[in-house]
Amino acid sequence: MSGERDRRKPARAGWGLIGRGSVIASPYLWLLIFFLVPFAIVLKISVAEVRLAIPPYTPLFAWPEGGSLELFAVGDNYRLLIEDSLYIRAYANSLKIAAISTLLTLLVGFPLAYAMARAPRAWQASLVMLVILPFWTSFLIRVYAWIGILKNEGMLNGVLRWIGVIDRPLVILNTDIAVYIGIVYSYLPFMVLPLYANLVRMDRSLLEAAADLGCRPAGAFWKITVPLARPGIVAGCFLVFIPAVGEFVIPDLLGGSGTLMIGRTLWTEFFSNRDWPVASAVAVILLLVLIVPIVLFQRHQQAQREREA
Amino acid sequence: MSGRTQDVGGEAPLAPGNGDAFLRIEGVSKNFGAVVAVDDVSLDIARGEFFALLGPSGCGKTTLLRMLAGFETPSGGGILLDGVDLAALPPYRRPVNMMFQSYALFPHMTVAGNVAFGLRQDRVPRAEIAARVAEALALVELSPLARRKPHQLSGGQRQRVALARSLVKRPKLLLLDEPLAALDKKLREQTQFELMEIQQRVGITFVIVTHDQDEAMTVADRIAVMEEGRIAQVDTPAAIYEAPRSRYVAEFIGDVNIFEGRAQAVNGGDLAVALAEAPCGLAAPARADGPAAGDTVLLAVRPEKIEIASAPPPPGTVNAIAGQVTEIAYLGSTSTYRVRLDSGRMVVSTQTNRLRHGGEAIGRGARVHLSWPVEASILLRA
Repeated sequence: MSGERDRRKPARAGWGLIGRGSVIASPYLWLLIFFLVPFAIVLKISVAEVRLAIPPYTPLFAWPEGGSLELFAVGDNYRLLIEDSLYIRAYANSLKIAAISTLLTLLVGFPLAYAMARAPRAWQASLVMLVILPFWTSFLIRVYAWIGILKNEGMLNGVLRWIGVIDRPLVILNTDIAVYIGIVYSYLPFMVLPLYANLVRMDRSLLEAAADLGCRPAGAFWKITVPLARPGIVAGCFLVFIPAVGEFVIPDLLGGSGTLMIGRTLWTEFFSNRDWPVASAVAVILLLVLIVPIVLFQRHQQAQREREA
Repeated sequence: MSGRTQDVGGEAPLAPGNGDAFLRIEGVSKNFGAVVAVDDVSLDIARGEFFALLGPSGCGKTTLLRMLAGFETPSGGGILLDGVDLAALPPYRRPVNMMFQSYALFPHMTVAGNVAFGLRQDRVPRAEIAARVAEALALVELSPLARRKPHQLSGGQRQRVALARSLVKRPKLLLLDEPLAALDKKLREQTQFELMEIQQRVGITFVIVTHDQDEAMTVADRIAVMEEGRIAQVDTPAAIYEAPRSRYVAEFIGDVNIFEGRAQAVNGGDLAVALAEAPCGLAAPARADGPAAGDTVLLAVRPEKIEIASAPPPPGTVNAIAGQVTEIAYLGSTSTYRVRLDSGRMVVSTQTNRLRHGGEAIGRGARVHLSWPVEASILLRA
């Protein structure tokens, strides 16, 4: 009896190891298949040259007849990004637009999240639902809807003219302002949800303690609420800033011809110029630019988890 | 305690000072919708007094405290502190500080930062802030931990930071909302004495809210026992215990045996009460406002006042009943005997274990005789 059990044990332990191994490996496998492999392909294309063929770039490895294996890689695409000021301006402008949009989203999102966290408990689930609700409609359609609102003969100008605030339509569509409106609108939930999750957990007796110690409500907001909301503010800002840098749809639909953003540049290189290598180089540099805030964000989240543990 | 001590149950004197009330609560009520949390409460509290609001949860004691701090607005009545009406003042302008049950320490500030917070609001000069923070931390013996953050402290240390923070502004009135509830028993008892010592040293009027009768008895000069939003009794701890004025107060503070009987004649200051189980009846010191002959009354006796003996008392002894011991709880310093009277009623008697083998004299199942002096009886209205 006991011998039988002993014989079975190692087998079971073996299956346990395989099971545990596959659980641990699955996120890495995911990263490998859906991130590292595509990135390697993009990296490969970025060091190739344009060629009128399918695919439209030179292969990385060549095996000429009778010869030996040749590696073919050029840095020309990256040099172009540095030499042609268009690209640098596009990167800089993307960062600027993303930074300003993040700030605006924070200014709009904080009061919203604050009001939600202070609303009666029974309402809060519904309010969170309302914040998420726009996700049920296609992002593209919602951005198109903004065209209808912002264009010269659109709803906004119609209302403003009807109440007599303006007599000539405001030109908003196809300007940077429209891009800001679009980004703030689209990314607002990413700001509101982490802020709400943070603010709703705040112990209200802290504000009472501040008042008790002689602090007016406005002072308590800056001295207690905002510092304690910092993890939520940081998380929300990263969640808006990182995707906003590479945003393509919003500047393309709402921005003007002068709205220079790297996402649009990339699209032009890829589809209009059919210059896959330069487009890939743009993407690789964009990733490198974004790695800094992504790593900062990860560190912040990690530190936050450790503090809470 | 011998002699007629029943008069301590008369109108409660203002304990220390005995002058005009420092804190005057006049007919204060608070309704939350249809719920009456505090119902027409009036209290006078003297300068420098350590006053306790005692009651079970939901009796309105915390609501009353929060009205003193300014976090709730009374639905009716007024609050005067040192002659100033507090009603118009928001919490941040009242010369009152509160120590919160959760301590409510600011997690993003150090211990010193927490203590300095109130002084910074008052724009006290920097050097003075540093000096007063150091002084307050020394008072609660936390000086070495000034640079720590609250999450790096133990529960007892956090409690002391909260105390220092609420004392550092030298308020006219310090409110303590269940300040020791989060501490374990040993630490709580030790902290009670520290709290009394600190209160005497700083001389600030303390109002503490607690549901723990031992805590209230230990720290307070006077106690207000609250029941469903009203004050049931205001007295010194001794008077609350020895001369409760209602069954509620008698049962809330300590253990008590309550007998229901019919009042008979008054014999020279004592009121005789007929009780089926007592052959010679019960007797208690009569009360001027007490029940008349013929009324149904309650007679309360504390367990430690009841003598337990194997031999019957001399015939004709009042306050003497007999029964059988059903259980003995040995508690070290004392033993508690549960005695079943012949009628089936249970009576509890507590005896001090003076000798090491004292418990053997009366065993379980023994026939015993219980008796107590007339002065130990407390007469209550039914």
